[in-house]
Amino acid sequence: MSSPATPVALPAEVVARIDELRPRYPTEEALLLPALHLAQAANGGWLSAESMAAVAELLHLPVARVAGVVSFYDMFHPQPVGRHRIRLCTNLSCQLRGANELAVLLRHELGVEKGVVTPDGRASWVSFECLGSCDTAPMAMIDDAYHENLTPDQLRRILAELD
Amino acid sequence: MASERVLTRNVGRAAARTVRGYREGGGYEALSRALRMQPAEVVEEIKKSGLRGRGGAGFPCGMKWSFVPRNIDKPKYIVCNADESEPGTFKDRLLMEHDPHQLLEGCVIAGWAVGASTTYIYIRGEYTVATAILEEAIRDAYDQGVLGASVLGSGFRHDIHVHRGAGAYICGEETGLLESLEGKRGQPRVKPPFPAVVGAFGCPTVINNVETLCCVTHIVQRGAEWFKAIGTDERNTGPKLYAVSGHVERPGTYEHPIGITFRELLDSCGGMYKGRALKAWIPGGASAAMLTAADVDTQLDFDTLAKAGSMLGSAAVIVMDETTCVVRATLRLAEFFAHESCGQCTPCREGTNWMRILLERIASGHGAERDLDLLASVVPNVGGISLCALGDAAQGPVKSLLAKFGDEIRDNLRQRRYPLPQVPFFDLGAVA
Repeated sequence: MSSPATPVALPAEVVARIDELRPRYPTEEALLLPALHLAQAANGGWLSAESMAAVAELLHLPVARVAGVVSFYDMFHPQPVGRHRIRLCTNLSCQLRGANELAVLLRHELGVEKGVVTPDGRASWVSFECLGSCDTAPMAMIDDAYHENLTPDQLRRILAELD
Repeated sequence: MASERVLTRNVGRAAARTVRGYREGGGYEALSRALRMQPAEVVEEIKKSGLRGRGGAGFPCGMKWSFVPRNIDKPKYIVCNADESEPGTFKDRLLMEHDPHQLLEGCVIAGWAVGASTTYIYIRGEYTVATAILEEAIRDAYDQGVLGASVLGSGFRHDIHVHRGAGAYICGEETGLLESLEGKRGQPRVKPPFPAVVGAFGCPTVINNVETLCCVTHIVQRGAEWFKAIGTDERNTGPKLYAVSGHVERPGTYEHPIGITFRELLDSCGGMYKGRALKAWIPGGASAAMLTAADVDTQLDFDTLAKAGSMLGSAAVIVMDETTCVVRATLRLAEFFAHESCGQCTPCREGTNWMRILLERIASGHGAERDLDLLASVVPNVGGISLCALGDAAQGPVKSLLAKFGDEIRDNLRQRRYPLPQVPFFDLGAVA
């Protein structure tokens, strides 16, 4: 990487929340996952180089350590995502009950391949590993909510209602 | 099959999410009983019950607790493994969403038994609803004196914190979880030392699955003898949650005495989807070897399934009917393991990927018999030689595919039948 990103201040409420969590752990580094969740939520659902640098500075960690952690976990996004993030479970139990068809439908309705943000910035979708909702397959996690027992019609309706 | 609901008795009873409502059903009586016992007696009771871990490995819980050094000048920790990510598994989510105090009670009892004053509940990041419910239950427990400086007025301190993961299957592995809890990439550690001696933050740590800790609550309340009387034999004891998904009429979480047969379980789910014929089933999540219609009378317990060449694992039962291409189904699991391998150990990182590539080639119709032979030569080299069991887990479904369906696949390859026609679950009309 070229020159390190300049840290932008994390929102005050994020810093305050991280400070609240400090007594829970014997090390400062253990705050990294909670801090990244908070920083990502405050940054439109993704972690820019600047927000990673800010978290690194706050927790006294090398930026490379933070970036290494971000790249390891599926829920952290080092690239911009859509305003609404759609995670379609495509693991076996969902596949057996129609997830492949729903993936076709998502691509068709949103007009983008998985991992790509729609041109208007409204949404992005990915196929995701098992979300622990196999008895209500097929299902998708949209932003923070589970949508279970999906049918093509239901999914179309949900997509139409996303702002 | 009518059997008593033990672990799921509060499912659907919203009042149980508060301390007051949970107490109305006898909640926190086990904790107060435990606090009147010596810690070593609690460990002994759990040992006697025969309780084996419900997360996948089936390790005896009481024995795990007894490995924690008694006289050591360091904090000790309980870590509840709520990183439920084994494909097909959703039982712990049900327990946390419907009966959070049952779990909290088990955590505090475990803490008392081994002398730990802190529990971390490491929950997968996607479980946002369960996280909110647990956090609310924990707040309530502090307000009611169940948690904090003096648990139920006993003078014993116990704190519980929820810690969210961020989407990585490997963090369900004990030491991968500990790395993640400490703020690092979730790459499993070299063992020994085992977590009971060097665990979270370098301190002695007990890591137990959600369902295991829920069982603890009932064992302390009703006694080891009661628990032992349920199940197949003294090595397979207690009530068990079976998470059933795939091609059955009523997928869901079913509580039964451990060791009911697959046939009985299938009956309780309303049988096969649309009455179709059974092609294959997986008894214990993506890591478990597939079984077939010839195995329907197999008892679903640790030892019987091990003898059958598979495992109980997390008791996530995935059912596939006659319309399923078993190569494609196994491919989906192979893709999962290739994605989730942490990359530390070469046999696992490369092996999971090779299994994926070869299965893809066969399923898509670009394969030949030599790919099947190559796959058979790759599989034995993927497991048993890495830091953790992910490679072994990845072998499970592929090994059984070759053992149970090898001849059928070879025949299909000779007759150039791949890709097999897929029966869509939904008709998309013009879109497809």
